[in-house]
Amino acid sequence: MLTSNLPLYANMVASGVLIGVIYALIALGLTIVFGVMRVVNFAHGELVVVGMYLGYLMWSAFGLSPIVAMPISAIIMFCAGYLLQTGLINRFIRRPHHVQVILFVGLALCITGLHMIIFGPEARPISSAASFEVVELGFLQLDAVRLYGALAALALIALLLAFLRYSDTGASIRAAADNPIGAAAIGLRVNRVFAITAGIGLACAGAAGTLIAPIFDTQPYLASDMTTMAFVVVIIGGLGSVVGALVGGVLIGISESIAALVINPAMKSMISYGLLIAMLLIRPQGLFGGRQR
Amino acid sequence: MKNLILKDGGIAALVFFVLLALLPAVTGDALISIATLVLMFAVYGIAWNLMMGYVGQLSLGHGLYIGLGAYAVALATGTHGLSPWLGILIGAAISAVVAAVIAFIGFRFSVRGIYFTLLTIACAEMMRISFDNWSYVGGTGGYFLKAAGDTHPLLSLRGDSTFFYFAFLILTAITFLCSAALMKSKFGYFWRAIREDEDAARALGVPTLQLKILAVVISAIMTSIGGSFYALLSGSLFPDTMMGMRFSIEIVIAPIIGGLGTLFGPIVGALFVVPLGEFSNHVAQSTGIYGLNLLIHGALLLVVVCFMPEGLWPAIAKRFGRLRAPAAAKASTPATEGQ
Repeated sequence: MLTSNLPLYANMVASGVLIGVIYALIALGLTIVFGVMRVVNFAHGELVVVGMYLGYLMWSAFGLSPIVAMPISAIIMFCAGYLLQTGLINRFIRRPHHVQVILFVGLALCITGLHMIIFGPEARPISSAASFEVVELGFLQLDAVRLYGALAALALIALLLAFLRYSDTGASIRAAADNPIGAAAIGLRVNRVFAITAGIGLACAGAAGTLIAPIFDTQPYLASDMTTMAFVVVIIGGLGSVVGALVGGVLIGISESIAALVINPAMKSMISYGLLIAMLLIRPQGLFGGRQR
Repeated sequence: MKNLILKDGGIAALVFFVLLALLPAVTGDALISIATLVLMFAVYGIAWNLMMGYVGQLSLGHGLYIGLGAYAVALATGTHGLSPWLGILIGAAISAVVAAVIAFIGFRFSVRGIYFTLLTIACAEMMRISFDNWSYVGGTGGYFLKAAGDTHPLLSLRGDSTFFYFAFLILTAITFLCSAALMKSKFGYFWRAIREDEDAARALGVPTLQLKILAVVISAIMTSIGGSFYALLSGSLFPDTMMGMRFSIEIVIAPIIGGLGTLFGPIVGALFVVPLGEFSNHVAQSTGIYGLNLLIHGALLLVVVCFMPEGLWPAIAKRFGRLRAPAAAKASTPATEGQ
């Protein structure tokens, strides 16, 4: 039974891995903001949906494919994140989580409201030439959209990892995450670092949103699922860990696609939440999380 | 008891409840239905505030208990023909057990702060998905209560809008008094000690694990009873609307806006937030611009959280010095400690 279905399972796992890499990019945006600023962004999913609409707009207005549109979304969202951080979020750093919850719920409502006003509640699908293309690798048949999206997401994650590890700005972001007071004491402009971090966080959300726009039909109410998914991934991988986000994203992607096949598509998030609860109880710092503060 | 009523915003509360009791005599059905919603959110807010405002445990999964209370009363009356009073009790008992299990597991494994919040979200979402796929409770298609028969409203717990208005008014008054009494009891002092510094409280011999579980259980019972009445009022139940994360977040807005850790804050918050939501819905409907309601709602939340971070009630209480509530004044500092 299992052996005869092996190609089917292999395909499901492969497609789970591909979507999981994009999930990882979404989660990365959440984890970097939390890791550096200890701010819980409950509007992260809404920002992903902003990226989806940006991708949709660039596709419908200029015919840009999501892969080409992705860097543009990332740049736009980076600027938005920088401005949002300096204008609003900075004054909520080190405030208790429940105040931050209200802040981000307010932001989320505003974003969803704007989406509804501008685009309406109906779904906005993107269908490019790649939508119907299938790439064959041995007995694996992969959706071209997912494959290209995953590769682009992987490239962006690698770029970000390199930036954090090797650039001076990356070093100051890590310093601010480790010890904000110490970082300020040695003359780091912490607020500027925070603004760049928020920019990176939003850029990840926006870029990932643009990449998944052709996979999920864009609509305002996708946001809350995206937010919870990102939280699950981040907790499983470990808050503040880039590698953890990647592993967590792939793990959730695989578990969702297998659960959809084996149990019931409607039950697929049960597995994710089950994993989340198990992880919270057994190893709250996540698979790759370091020490907690 | 006299002190309990007259201090800590008690006078404001007394005036408030008397005014509300007179409300149906002077206004029409439209306003009464909004006032009923205000009271419902006040009940949820008071219950949630007990856990967050007094003990500092942030739960974003309280929709779970609303749903359990709602489905218990619906199934008891609709499927099994039991009295709704019994349904409410069953719902409260189930909620208490579920809350105790979640709290025990969470606190036993030292899941703290934002991690505990995520645990509550995960549990509520798992329950929502189970209900979505459980045919006995109607699944995603929902469960619908049959129209009430000719029995007395106090037996069927169904009636016209005035009946539900008074039901929620009484429920609000009871939860308010329970919350006030708990605040004054030794539990209240222990809880605040835990909120300020849990490790120090434990070192002084406060049984923190049991007391935290107790707070979650009481909060869950109150929320569950509120959910039961909500089910009787609305008549239709869907896992998504009752237990969804959006509803869980909606019910915490009023107490945070009103003032965490204060007795009267959740009521003030509900008085502000619910009419605001109704107003923005009305604007969206009359202009035909859907989404405008969300935008208005969100923007006003941002305004309040930017300019009145400790909440409306502490700000009001400070302004009118005589109404100064010691609990309110004290809570504004520790509540900013969060976890």
